[in-house]
This record gives sequence, C-alpha cells and structure tokens, in this order.
Amino acid sequence: MSSVVGLTRATLAKDLRLEWRSKDAINSMLFFSLLVVVIFSFSFDPTAEESRQIAGGLVWVAFLFAAVVALNQTWAREMRNQVLDAYRVSPAPPNALFLAKVIGNFIFVTVLQALMTPLFIVFYNLRALGPAYQLPIVAVLGTWALVVNGTFFAAMSLRTRSREIMLPLLLFPISIPALLAMVEATGAILTGEFSAKFWIVLLAAYDVVFTIASLFLFGFVLQAE
Amino acid sequence: MSYLYAAYIATWAIHVAYLGTLLRRYTRLRNEIAEFKGRVEEKN
Amino acid sequence: MKRVFPILAVLTGVLLSYALYEALIAAPTEQTMGDVQRIFYYHVPSAWTAFILFFVNFFASIVYLIWRANKADIVALVTAEVGVVFCTVVLVTGPIWARPVWGIWWTWDLRLTLTLVLWLIYVSYLVLRRFSSSGQTPLLAAVLAVFGALDVPLVYFSIWFFRTQHPQPVIGGGGSIDPRMLHVLLINWLAFSCFAALVCWSRYRLEVLRRDVDETLALEALLDPQAGQPRRAQTKTSSTGSAG
Repeated sequence: MSSVVGLTRATLAKDLRLEWRSKDAINSMLFFSLLVVVIFSFSFDPTAEESRQIAGGLVWVAFLFAAVVALNQTWAREMRNQVLDAYRVSPAPPNALFLAKVIGNFIFVTVLQALMTPLFIVFYNLRALGPAYQLPIVAVLGTWALVVNGTFFAAMSLRTRSREIMLPLLLFPISIPALLAMVEATGAILTGEFSAKFWIVLLAAYDVVFTIASLFLFGFVLQAE
Repeated sequence: MSYLYAAYIATWAIHVAYLGTLLRRYTRLRNEIAEFKGRVEEKN
Repeated sequence: MKRVFPILAVLTGVLLSYALYEALIAAPTEQTMGDVQRIFYYHVPSAWTAFILFFVNFFASIVYLIWRANKADIVALVTAEVGVVFCTVVLVTGPIWARPVWGIWWTWDLRLTLTLVLWLIYVSYLVLRRFSSSGQTPLLAAVLAVFGALDVPLVYFSIWFFRTQHPQPVIGGGGSIDPRMLHVLLINWLAFSCFAALVCWSRYRLEVLRRDVDETLALEALLDPQAGQPRRAQTKTSSTGSAG
C-alpha cells in the first residue's frame, strides 16, 4: 500500500514541477476558457435572473473544454519517452501512475477554475441566491468526475487514429449524468429555486463508481498499449 | 396519418440500409477470397 | 446449420408481416391520439430489443475480459452494431410520434433520453473499435462496454430526477394498457426479436469470415510479400472489428 502512495506522490510531484516550469497546459486551458466566456458574452445579454439560470451550463462548458485540453496532454510526455513501456515492465502498480495523473489533472483544472470564477462572476453578474457553500463541493465532485474518466479514456485513446477526437468522443456520452448533475446543481444553487442535494449525491455516487472502475481496469488498458 | 406511415417506413429504411451494408461487406469479402484463390492457383 | 437460415428467415418474414397487420389494422384505435399511436407498436419493441442487445453486449464484454474468448468479442461487436441500429429506429420513431401528438419534435422524456445516451455511448464504442489500431481493440472495447454499463443506472436516475424538476410530456404512453394493445405489442416484440436474432447471426458469420480472410491474407503477406499488394497493402490479424 505504501508503495502506491509513495509512487503516486513521486509521479505527481514530477508532473506538477514540469508543468510549473512550462505552464503549457494551464495556458492553453486558460485560453479556451476565456474564449468561451467572451463568445457567450457576445451571444447572450442576460438579465441577472436569466444569467443565474444559464450560468451553470456556460461555466461547465468552459471548464469542460479546459479539462479536455488538460486531458489530451496527460500522457503525451509518457508517450514520447517510452515511459509506458518501462512502466509495463516494472513491478510498480499501474494504479499509482493512474492516480498521479488524475490528481495532476484535477489540480490543473481546479487552478483554472479558481482563475476563471472571478471572471464569470464579473461577466455575468453572478450572485448565488442559494447556499453558496455548496458550490465548491459541486466543483470538486464535478471536476473529479470529468478528470477520472478523462484520464482513463485518454489512456485508451493513445493508440487510436485521431487521438484528440477520440477522447471527447468517448468521454462525453459516459459523462452525461455527471454533466447534467453539475449543471443542474450549479443552476439550483445560483437561482436558489431547487435543492442541489440530489445532484450532489449523484455526483458523489458517480465519482465513487468510476474511480473504483478506473482503478480496477487501468491495468488492462496499460497492458493494451 | 402520414406521420404513422413515415415512422413505419423510416423503421424499415433503417433496417434495410444496415442489411445493405452487410451485403456490401459480404460481396467485398467474396471478391477478396476469389482474388486470393486466383493468386494461389497462379502459383500452383 | 446453414440450411436452417432461409427457413427461419421466411418464418420471421411471415411473423413480421402478421405483426404489421396487427399493428396497422387489427389493433384498436387509441382514443386521444388516434391512429398515430400505432407507432407505439414499432417504437417500444425496438427499444426493448436494443436494450436486450446492449445487455448481451455487456455480458459478452465481461466474458472477454475474464477469459479472452474470441467468440465473446465477436458477439460483443455484433450486438453493439445491431443494437445501435435498433436504437436509431427508436430515436427516429420517437420524434415522429411526438410531433403530431405534442407539437414538439423532442422532449427530455425518460426513455427517449436514455435511448439517446445509450446510442451515444455505443456509437462511441463502435468508433473506438474502428479507429483503434492496436491489436488490443477487443480489450479496450470490452473495458468501454463495462464503463457504459456502469453508467446506465446513473443516467437513468439523473434523467428521472431532471424530469421531476422539469416536467416533460411522456412519449410512449404511460399508465395501463388495453390487453388487446398489449397483445399486438408483444407480437411485434416477438417478431422484431426474431428479426434481430437473425441479423445478429448473419453479422456474426460475416465477422467470422472477415477475420479468417484477414488472417489468411496476413499469412500470405508474411510468406510472400509481393502477393496481392495493391488491394491489401497491410493487414492486421483479427481484432480490428468491423470491416471497412
């Protein structure tokens, strides 16, 4: 067990250090999110009431794009340097590598969310009428849902043609319940009209199910490359 | 009522289209087999 | 075994024709919706058949993951393809039914939305099979099928709750059903199930043949690199799934 934790931490530290130096992923993610925010600003000119209703969808579209950018580059470095082959041959548990990648992506997307949220609040005049403390919970659960499946499907897409298309193609349908939950929960919290509790529970269930499934099945995917 | 017929026709159009692709793949396979046999016979 | 097929095909054809007659003529006309309601007899059996096929796909995928049986992989591929076909029928007949009855083409109705999500998942499954160039396509596809199956209950609950918060018209007729209509529904379901089974069987045989040919041509290319170059420059053994 300790080898998994140690290995995860080591891989994660390496990824974060590399990203901090180059800031590749963060910059692209930021760019795409800004693009979404600005373009939607042009197309809608919502009243405060309306913007609270649609903000859930807008925000998560922006974060979804950003997440896909992060996910697409998840394994790129490993591919280039034959790290995956080395991993397959070593006795190291594959789950450690997977977990490190997921947590790394999670951190990237969360950093992006922290940067973008003030922008959203400003552009769309957002103010939560419901329990605002639930928003970070939704953000954490939702981001994890996208990132855990995304990292897994990114690994599955490695040896396919049109790799960059394959990832969103696989990710989106499977993520629909999670996306629905994220958007509805955010909308519910902002408008204060409904309780977001069911959606939060659904997101938590989704996260548990797919984290376990991914950890269980990642070994197969790694062998498959 | 035209909606009713549209639905039924659409259903069978979809099924026929799929069966058509199966047929196309099958004839293509048969051609490949025939070509292959031809090559084998040439050698012998 | 192969002699049986034409007989079964004819029998199925007869059954389908009878079912069609029942649906269009013999079944009683519905009170509120009128004759358009008869779409129900094609829409619902197609949905049930699609779900059953996807269920089989799930089991075949599990079998493949545990025992790596090639046959299981072919069954998974076949049921996914035919399942998508039936799913498409549901997604097409649903809106055609909704339009005259409720004036809208689409509604986030539970069954229709669930079918749409399943359709998306399995289309992505088929795309993965076609675009994956690794010899491990069956393995990856099986993993994806498991993910899809795990997703289904979550999809169901999310849509169910969404609909309780945002009520929508129900396509597909809720509530109790007239026994005569039930009878026609079941006849059509039986007919389409037989039809689906035959289509799957044909697709299965086609796939077995496809993989045999692929292997043979690959061997040929190995033994004699000059042979047959223009048509098949590079073949892979088995597992690329559906033929081009």
